[in-house]
Amino acid sequence: MKKLNFIFVALLGMGLNYSHAQTQKGSVLIKNATVLTVTKGNLENTDVLVQDGIIKQVGKNLAAPSGVQTIDASGKYLMPGIIDAHSHVALDVVNEASSPITAEVRMKDVVNPFEIGIYRALAGGVTISHAMHGSANVIGGQNATLKHRWGAKDPSEIIMEDAPRTIKFALGENPTRVHGRGNGIQPRTRMGVEAVLRNGFSEALQYKKNWETYNAAKTQKGNTLTPPAYNERLQTLADILDGKIIIHCHSYRADEIYMLINVARDFGITKLVLQHTNEGFKVAPEIAKYTMGASVFADWWAYKMEVYYSTAFNAAILQRNGAITSINSDSAELIRHLYHEAAKTQRYGGLTDEEALAMITINPARQLGIDDKVGSIEVGKQADLVIFEGHPLSSYTVPQMTFVDGVKYFDIKADPDDQRQVVSATEMVEPIFLRTEEDHRCLQDVDAYFEAFQGAFLEEKH
Amino acid sequence: MNRILKTFCAAMLALIPVAAMAQIDGEFVKPRTGKFLLQNATVVTVTKGTLTNTSVLVENGKIAQVGTNLSGDGAEVIDCSGMYIYPGMIDSGTRLGLVEVSSVQETVDYAEIGNVTPNMQALTTVNPSSEAIGVTRVSGVTTVLTVPTGGLFPGTAALINLNGYTPDQMYGGFKAVVMNFPSSGRRGRFDRRSDEDVKKDAEKSLKEANEIWENAEKYTDLKKAGAELQYYPEMDQLSKAVSGELPLLIVVDAASDIQNAIKWVEGKNIKVIFSGVAEGWRVAEEIAKAGIPVITGPVQDLPTRQSDRYDTPYANAGKMAKAGVKVALRTDEEENVRNLPFHAAFAAAYGLGKEEALKAITINAAEIFGIADQYGSVEAGKRANLIVSTGDPLETSSQIHHVFIDGYRIPMSNRHIRLYQEFLERSPGLKAN
Repeated sequence: MKKLNFIFVALLGMGLNYSHAQTQKGSVLIKNATVLTVTKGNLENTDVLVQDGIIKQVGKNLAAPSGVQTIDASGKYLMPGIIDAHSHVALDVVNEASSPITAEVRMKDVVNPFEIGIYRALAGGVTISHAMHGSANVIGGQNATLKHRWGAKDPSEIIMEDAPRTIKFALGENPTRVHGRGNGIQPRTRMGVEAVLRNGFSEALQYKKNWETYNAAKTQKGNTLTPPAYNERLQTLADILDGKIIIHCHSYRADEIYMLINVARDFGITKLVLQHTNEGFKVAPEIAKYTMGASVFADWWAYKMEVYYSTAFNAAILQRNGAITSINSDSAELIRHLYHEAAKTQRYGGLTDEEALAMITINPARQLGIDDKVGSIEVGKQADLVIFEGHPLSSYTVPQMTFVDGVKYFDIKADPDDQRQVVSATEMVEPIFLRTEEDHRCLQDVDAYFEAFQGAFLEEKH
Repeated sequence: MNRILKTFCAAMLALIPVAAMAQIDGEFVKPRTGKFLLQNATVVTVTKGTLTNTSVLVENGKIAQVGTNLSGDGAEVIDCSGMYIYPGMIDSGTRLGLVEVSSVQETVDYAEIGNVTPNMQALTTVNPSSEAIGVTRVSGVTTVLTVPTGGLFPGTAALINLNGYTPDQMYGGFKAVVMNFPSSGRRGRFDRRSDEDVKKDAEKSLKEANEIWENAEKYTDLKKAGAELQYYPEMDQLSKAVSGELPLLIVVDAASDIQNAIKWVEGKNIKVIFSGVAEGWRVAEEIAKAGIPVITGPVQDLPTRQSDRYDTPYANAGKMAKAGVKVALRTDEEENVRNLPFHAAFAAAYGLGKEEALKAITINAAEIFGIADQYGSVEAGKRANLIVSTGDPLETSSQIHHVFIDGYRIPMSNRHIRLYQEFLERSPGLKAN
């Protein structure tokens, strides 16, 4: 009896916790900054007023309402919070590599709000990251869009609830290695990847039709049809076909990108973003016309065969061909200086300041379906903001403060050494990690499925 | 008739090479040497200040003169008005030329099997035609130390200039025997040894290193005494570090390992350079006191410990320099060596300062390698490793317009640029369907 009570109280407590996971909203007046709005030009000596997490006013000589803190940003730059459209920060697990299609799994279930990587990203001005499933499967799991509310203890507090659903797809070397060569099942080739996609969507169409038939019949009198068996995997694919989920597809070579565009067109799918897309420059006109663009590395290449024929001018070529283009990190290290990665589009292709900044703000926001809420400094948008000392595209710039929903989560002047929220109880000595193997996580967790590879997957990048 | 046919055939045969040549479009631009006058630039000499409206004369692979009103007699004149001339940048730790595609084992040549293989020569395996070399040098990085990795003594590193058709043409005049100092750090998240095992492994490895070193000392003594020695290439190469003929490049990162390495070096009459030194800021005073020069980096890296401030890798070089350590930088990269100037910029912004950051990728590296008479600054008499840029080469917005290596004018092209030229406006474009 006592035990039962205890369980009851515990359950009640958990329920309360869940329902009370309300996120903090802040108010602040930032004065005299050079405001890089991204969508509405640059405004000198301008103030931005934030109330309850929303940008309320952008203008000159604004007065702080009572109780609202004022921050003097004279000589400094203010830009929208940086958005990383490809990250694995704050995820305990990355790959459910047990099948070429695992559309049913959700990254929401493995979010870890204590990961120090969130704070490090904030220190680089990143306020939103797209926490993605890995690239082991042709159709992987559903991703989570995170808001970097550092200090939150409940995973749900850092999930951006008003962001649309997205899902990870992957083409090329990774799924063919894991499933074809690692496990002896389709796909072992890029032909097989196309087959997995077409078979999956065709099955989902059939599933959809079965439900539609049943739903139409069940209102009829004398109906004797039994409902089709519910299948989360096929339901998710059906949701993609219905335009309810944005595909974010890991892809490198032009041929496989072109194949995916054709598959998407055949199935009437328009919500498609390409990820990595190192050879996207070769099919830039097609990407521009038929997709929501590409999210690329600034300059990574040659770490594997399918990125050997890359060019650092990729982002510039995509941009000049009219494709929505963003620069992402896919790395716990790179996420800390995406402003610098975006600046590389000036070295490689001579993009303008505005174009370069859009690649880490409004463009990734569009690709995540959240451009009506974030990604630029405009009245009515959520107050995700960063203050920089020096222009954010200068190699010498230093981020000073980062705000999410008007709440300051990073301040270089008030930055204590140890930012850990939790310390492992079993850890006697703090481990020292040399070099950054831990930032390459696209194929993390795959080793457990394929012991024969003896961890070789973990050394693999992306 | 027969004669006419024969003559006709001969004529046709004679035409074949011409016909074959006619099928090749365009001209390949090769690196070319000569006499060049780089006129009217702002010259950032690094060692002798910044000189405005100054010209640099390049002749016989060297910087012949730096000054105003230089005679351009017989020289190809390059107008550099509004431009800046800097010395070529030096990356003091890379695997450039030793690997083509990291995930394709057949192209990875930097890590030989075995724990004691100091006789593995990085210079031997440098591929002068590696795509990454062409991609790197147009960024203004003209010279790199290329370093083998692997066991305790993985091989011998070599300095190379990024122009030439044979490794010997590329050789920059510096070699060092590499030692991976026994480490108490973890090699990444897949390294799941217990704390105790990590410590034990490091101790065991250090004991082994000591035994090997003692043997090398004995070998060196015997060699000096003129003894007839069996063929022992590993010991022969190690003895060069023991005798001071070659420096020992000690790769060491964790603070306690750095302290152990300083102790280990004490009393040994050898030339030592530390490389890596990720936690150098924790023991900067001790490194300075020991007088050991440091090659640190990558700067754009994650902190080594979860509890560390987010910017410790950015600030590391600056903190060591402030403590009095001589600091050069490395990327520890292969295909991304072109990011060296940006690593330097981050170090500058987080405490090293712009001037020292530039030195860390030019003259400091040259001094540490003992080749400052030839490299690291724009001075008459030095090798003509130069870059001409529209501004500070550490800024992404600057464009590098010319690169000279050993007096060779380097074509400003590579595969990345050619793909840009081909695909910026693809033809045919979008096929309407």
